[in-house]
Amino acid sequence: MLKVLDSAVPVACWSCSIGHNDFTLFCPNCSKIQPPPGGDYFSVFSMKPRLNLDLAALEAEFHRLSRKLHPDRFARALENEKQWSLADTALLNDAYRTLKDPLRRTGYLLKLEGAEVGEEHSGKNRVDPSRVPADLLEEVFELNMQLEEMRAARKMGEEDPELQASLTQAKKKFQALLEAVDKDLRAEWTAWDEGNEVARGIAQDKMVALLDRRRYLSNLLRDVNETLGD
Amino acid sequence: MQGDAPVVIPGADGLNLVPSVVALDPIPAGGGRPTVTVGNSARKALIQTPERVIYSVKRLMGRSLEEIQTELKLFPFHLAADPNAGQPDPNEVPRIQLGELRFTPPEISAYILRQLKRNAERFFSAPVTQAVITVPAYFNDAQRQATKDAGRMAGLEVLRLVNEPTAAALAYGLDRGNEGTIAVYDLGGGTFDISILKLREGIFEVLSTNGDTHLGGDDIDNLLMAVALNEIHAEHGVDLRLHPGAVQAVRKAAIEAKILLSTETMARFDIELPNGDRYQREIPREVFELLIEPVLARTAGPCKQALADAGITPEQIDEVVLVGGSTRIPAVRQLVDDLFHLAARGKKPHVELNPDEVVALGAAVQADILSGASKSTEEMLLLDVTPLSLGIEALGGTVARIIQRNSTVPASATEHFTTGVDGQTNVAIHVVQGERELAADCRSLARFDLKGIPPMSAGLPRIEVKFLIDADGILHVSAREQRSGQAAQIEVKPTYGLTDQQVESMILDSFDNAEADFAKRLLIEARNEAETILAAVERAPRSPAWAQLTSDEQKAISLASDYLNKVKLTENSGAIREATLILDHATRRFAELMMDAAVSSALRGKTMDSAGEELDEAVTAPHAMAPAEFK
Repeated sequence: MLKVLDSAVPVACWSCSIGHNDFTLFCPNCSKIQPPPGGDYFSVFSMKPRLNLDLAALEAEFHRLSRKLHPDRFARALENEKQWSLADTALLNDAYRTLKDPLRRTGYLLKLEGAEVGEEHSGKNRVDPSRVPADLLEEVFELNMQLEEMRAARKMGEEDPELQASLTQAKKKFQALLEAVDKDLRAEWTAWDEGNEVARGIAQDKMVALLDRRRYLSNLLRDVNETLGD
Repeated sequence: MQGDAPVVIPGADGLNLVPSVVALDPIPAGGGRPTVTVGNSARKALIQTPERVIYSVKRLMGRSLEEIQTELKLFPFHLAADPNAGQPDPNEVPRIQLGELRFTPPEISAYILRQLKRNAERFFSAPVTQAVITVPAYFNDAQRQATKDAGRMAGLEVLRLVNEPTAAALAYGLDRGNEGTIAVYDLGGGTFDISILKLREGIFEVLSTNGDTHLGGDDIDNLLMAVALNEIHAEHGVDLRLHPGAVQAVRKAAIEAKILLSTETMARFDIELPNGDRYQREIPREVFELLIEPVLARTAGPCKQALADAGITPEQIDEVVLVGGSTRIPAVRQLVDDLFHLAARGKKPHVELNPDEVVALGAAVQADILSGASKSTEEMLLLDVTPLSLGIEALGGTVARIIQRNSTVPASATEHFTTGVDGQTNVAIHVVQGERELAADCRSLARFDLKGIPPMSAGLPRIEVKFLIDADGILHVSAREQRSGQAAQIEVKPTYGLTDQQVESMILDSFDNAEADFAKRLLIEARNEAETILAAVERAPRSPAWAQLTSDEQKAISLASDYLNKVKLTENSGAIREATLILDHATRRFAELMMDAAVSSALRGKTMDSAGEELDEAVTAPHAMAPAEFK
């Protein structure tokens, strides 16, 4: 059943009306649970935005907060506390899911900083021809031809070992390109984390381009894998 | 929970398992609404009156009319004829015809839950009003909602829906202090689930889950039945498929053969046909394994997908837990071994807890966690995931995913919508669940209109819609228009499942809720038990076993029965039960002597069945039920 949740954010603590609950999950005065605070995913973990994260520490903090916020802990609480526990835990889970994954984390931070980040494509046209990185044009066209031939051969129930080998070769090549992108991304993370405003601006632009390239390559690889039946 | 350990509450028949069989009894002689029987006693009716019985209703929960059609081909149930014949409403919850009456799947399920509720109330001698209910992990939103509706109809507040494999992990993890990564392989009667969890300091974090909500032991039964039915048709020229009762007899034989083949290398069909012929056939285990191989193979894909989604290899799985009756099949265990490379690593799957009960034990652990009152579970916390991606139908019928499968729940997503035409006041949104690229291939959860948008130029309204999946895996939607500044909540209407009013009207009986009625029912039940044992004691002196008792024993029995005869007239159900237990105790040796006599008469050539009937008659004492423990 669908129902409407109230997500209005009061300023003073609903319980003691002394503590202010901006950006905190619990009232600093009386420790009662509060409605979801404004603020970004990093602030849920009491962090400033950054890209190099200690994942073990992030997980430990996720578990610590889960123990305090989870609806299981509020099964016998007041109705409003139940609702906030639900909303706060959803926020915590959304934040953890986004921050623990390197690519989601990068995309999220770039959006926070106001960058235009491409969306994951769904549907049949996952590999958008207009977004082919210029330096890969020739290879991508050849690969797409081979993929088409392979699919046609499969449809006829034929095996073409030569084509198969050539595709496997191409797969390895694109895999290496993907790894190179990941390496470049990590370098930009550090540049962003440690840089001043100017350096961050430059790193952001590079990361947007790298994410685009990475998305393109990984979609391509997915197509190759599906066609090869791996 | 007894102390720190969960226990399974037995039913009125003394057995721990209540099979999910529901039978509609014949209409009472005086007319009126027929009563409903649940569990082992309903099973008997399957062969006599198959048109009044339904089993495995779980497979029908939350399914649309269209989805149910394929399922029904394999089962003897019939959809109720549409009252307004012609176009059936695809959003209408299907109804099953049982005898004269028609029921929605949640109603059938509610009868089972009510039976379990009553068993628990007998056990505790106190009303039971709240429940933790387990569901297959791969249940979608509609199936979960239907399960919650069933709980409400049975007079239960559903505190939490727990995924079955996760519950099993809880049951196993309770007293072990386990750390590591475990896989739970759950092949039950009608559903298959695989879940991968990480255990750390009392936190059970589900990494991924996958499965198939119509794959299980029923499919194996159906394969064996098909063999028998086809051979009977070919060899004896009898098409049993035309006789629902006979089909159920074959089904019973198939289930017995299946169970036997888990421990023996050979089982036999020996079925008497309506024309007096016998159908006899041997089923070697190898033949059985070949037959069911395609069914078992269907569990491999979900396992591999779950591993991939969790981002781990089979070698990284530290432990595998087997759940569900079908995991007793040796071929299933072999498959699990192959999938997770167990034998090669010197490991064995966990089967220490009864695979039919382990899920219930885990649900008790979760209930204990929710009560927050127990030291043994205070450090435990379950972090489960949503099994299916949530999406919105986008232009061209494709799906825009907003919450990915295997996201920890509660999970949320916020989307913004606007209008396409000047002055437009409605925006239609179609929410789906599933992994396919096209909305038409996913399960449609809800189509709703965002209504009451203030008239503005096209593209100007900014409607924020928040989707939230709660800890039960159930979707909630809220919406507000931001641009107009009035931030009014926008009405959201679901278009599937039962409405609140429908559920309200299907609540089985207010009887269960009222304190006075509850006391009345306890009294009726206590008196019934008393009458049963008194009748048995009255017949006792006619039995040869009576003479074998000492005179002291005979005297004790007659004293206890006199006492019970007096107490049963009072209104005190507790005292009646106590007196019943005293008489039960006094007659224990007599019951044993009767049992011996019945067994030896069976050995003398009587069938076990008639011996069993004698047993039923003679030894009817209240089942041995441990008195409830209160803290």
